Amino acid sequence: MTESYDVVVCGAGPAGLAAASAAAAGVGARVALIDANAHAGGQVWRHDVRRDGARRSRAAFGSAVSWYAESQVVAATADELLIERPRGATRLRYRKLVLATGARELLLPFPGWTLPGVYGAGGLQSLVKQSWPIAGQRVVVAGSGPLLLAAAALLRRHGAHVVGIHEQVSARRLRDFGWGLARWPKTAWTAVALRTKLAGVPYRCSEFVRAAVGDERLRAVELETPAGLRRIDCDYLAIGYGLVPNVELAEVLGCRLVAGPGRHARVAVDDWQETSIANVLAAGEICGIGGAATASVEGRIAGLTAIGSRREAAALQARQRHARRFAAHVAAAFQLDPRIHGLAEPDTLICRCEDVPFGALAAFATSEGWDGRAAKLATRCGMGACQGRICGAAIVELGFRAPTATAPPLFPTRLSSLTEPFATTSM
Amino acid sequence: MNREPVQLWVNGASVVVPAGASVAAAIAQALGVGASFRRSRSGTPRAPLCGMGVCFECRVEIDGAPQQRACMTLARASMRVRTDD
Amino acid sequence: MKRFDLIVVGLGIVGAACADAASAAGLKVAAIESQRIGGGATAAAMGHLVALDDDPEELALARYSQRLWEPFAALPEAEFSRCGTLWIAREASEETAIAAKIARLAAVGIAARALDARELRRLEPELAPGLAGGLLVPGDAVVYPPNVARWLAARAQERGATLHLQRRATALTASGLALDDGTQLAGRVLVATGCALGDLLPELPMRSRKGHLVITDRYPGTVRHQILELGYAASAHGNDQASVAFNVQPRPTGQLLIGSSREFDSVDATASLPMVRRMLLRAFEFLPALRALQALRIWTGFRPTTDDGKPYLGPMPGRRDVWVAAGHEGLGVTTALGSAQLLVDLMQEREPAIDARPYFPARAVDGARPS
Repeated sequence: MTESYDVVVCGAGPAGLAAASAAAAGVGARVALIDANAHAGGQVWRHDVRRDGARRSRAAFGSAVSWYAESQVVAATADELLIERPRGATRLRYRKLVLATGARELLLPFPGWTLPGVYGAGGLQSLVKQSWPIAGQRVVVAGSGPLLLAAAALLRRHGAHVVGIHEQVSARRLRDFGWGLARWPKTAWTAVALRTKLAGVPYRCSEFVRAAVGDERLRAVELETPAGLRRIDCDYLAIGYGLVPNVELAEVLGCRLVAGPGRHARVAVDDWQETSIANVLAAGEICGIGGAATASVEGRIAGLTAIGSRREAAALQARQRHARRFAAHVAAAFQLDPRIHGLAEPDTLICRCEDVPFGALAAFATSEGWDGRAAKLATRCGMGACQGRICGAAIVELGFRAPTATAPPLFPTRLSSLTEPFATTSM
Repeated sequence: MNREPVQLWVNGASVVVPAGASVAAAIAQALGVGASFRRSRSGTPRAPLCGMGVCFECRVEIDGAPQQRACMTLARASMRVRTDD
Repeated sequence: MKRFDLIVVGLGIVGAACADAASAAGLKVAAIESQRIGGGATAAAMGHLVALDDDPEELALARYSQRLWEPFAALPEAEFSRCGTLWIAREASEETAIAAKIARLAAVGIAARALDARELRRLEPELAPGLAGGLLVPGDAVVYPPNVARWLAARAQERGATLHLQRRATALTASGLALDDGTQLAGRVLVATGCALGDLLPELPMRSRKGHLVITDRYPGTVRHQILELGYAASAHGNDQASVAFNVQPRPTGQLLIGSSREFDSVDATASLPMVRRMLLRAFEFLPALRALQALRIWTGFRPTTDDGKPYLGPMPGRRDVWVAAGHEGLGVTTALGSAQLLVDLMQEREPAIDARPYFPARAVDGARPS
């Protein structure tokens, strides 16, 4: 089955929603919007069952956009996508493609990180928005970045007992960051609002999690603090070290990727959100972690550009640059303490899918760096269901090349979906 | 959108969750704090980590289909969910 | 200039087996690998230890080699799993071939038994209804080839072999071999570079035959044996531009490895989704339950293929002290150990365990090509 569109938008978070509505509002283009989730909103605007967070999303497009929920892109060529849906697979032909595939949480290995009870900070936030029972539970929030505050506030709103928030940057760095927010008043206001919501929750700086402790599940966390090692009993650890762009689809399409800030790849785009591939645009987190405001304006620019409204798109560029400067401000402030890169012990698992211990990779570090492919073949690191996304991002953060290269299927896919007639030329 | 609570089965036990809840939430509700969703390759207990369908730690059997991501699946009436244990 | 008894070029499963066997026989060995040990066709391979019986000479080599694989059942790195091979006849007309197959296998000491349709479904409940029957070869096994190659190379090294890794052999010289960093090595050279044979020995015909594989998530117990359709041998020995033949393997992890496809004249390592589709549709005819399983990865590999389908094993005519071990098509893993031992026996002027003459490279260079 094939459907044809003028513009297909991959990802229905802030960037994708903005792109789809901009493209649909214009010159009668046929627009499709795809997301793997049942609801639009992506991660940051994830539909919270206790609130109508989807309101913003629903208002965005109405019936002008063909909405493909629970749809995952499996393979792609220069003019077609193969998507898997709950009951089958479909091909979408496109003239222009807008990639708004967002970001995932950076999860770094440390002793005990595989215990039930250890979640990403954004991860637990997402689970709770979809009714994970957190009321009355003791939660330690740790890691780095503004996301910790948002996650803690959300958890509290759902009745969790947030025992503390432990940020790894120093108080001084945080103060400098806070002063800098004056340039972006909206974000300063958000920060103040969050702090108000979190009144009574200890917020500590210069602290990071050394280990999660427990037998079959989490019982306590061990924190490195300026005063030494400290142990806190808890049932939940929500730990996040920032975000990593989801560039896999861009990669298989051949879009040029660049690294930085930091070590992770992002999609290179021009001022109109165009990638190095002629009919492919990109917006939001995959162009560099930048938050919802950046994603919204970039999505809009991409949508307008996709339907040829370049002048209207250009009018937004100043706003986009302003938003990106905020992103850079955040990235500069929340750089990771190098000790966090060294938490994994030799028997700490680095690849959770295949149970590969960190020490098993050491054999593949040569004087010239490390041979990711040899390590992968020998240990099976990266060969599991997550297709190297979790271990790969951790390995890149630690300064090495990811063991896996991206190839279709982009996600685990039913074999029947792979028999949907697709692509006369390989991609 | 249907706002009715959803009744489903987790490891043979009945559990009721709010409309819009994920299967992951239903499992947590049924099995309690620190519940294991699946066993890893070497048999260690695992539960959701990323909450957004990337880590695949939350895989369970849903209505006979194995290896389904619980965090990406909405709980639906009369679903039969089985964890590894 | 360093002098060796044997310089092995290429450390895929075949080269690694040769380095290991040669060092075990007391030879002073050097081994050269330009990329990764076991990282080429070996890494793409299914690792199935199977005796294909339609060519009696290949059957002899495979049988000999399978016996040499037996001790590896105790080696953890090999991940040896004796799942056996189940050959399937779709139609009653294919069934007549079964008795002949069993006889051929029995003649070389391989136990096999015929299965009727009911027994077939009993052994593999997920098979499609309506298949006529088949045969079971319970002694066949699967291994994980890249780690066996590494282990063999390491064992050779423990015996004193010198490994030159990330180095490429640029030319055969009067006394031996030149490497890309200027190193000159003297001694007998054994070229085991598979599809790249032509770089050093352009006079030997060698074609690359592209194959696809798909591996699923874990579904333990879905399939218990390696399952092949009887038409597999026709695909392997045929000369079609592109063909598929059903082949599925249960890995010890519980994942299913699905093949097989063959295409000549493609040098593009990217997976072709139309080819994967063709391969999977064939597989669904035998195992409809596959439809609902999830694929985690798709990859390709290139089988080194000679004109008559048999590997080149032995001395090169027209070259001074150059030997070959290459061209194993889809049987490289199965026949690696037998190939290595056969070559070392020839080099040390012992009678090899099987007749080596069908494998001599001279057959291809003289222009006398068997049909």
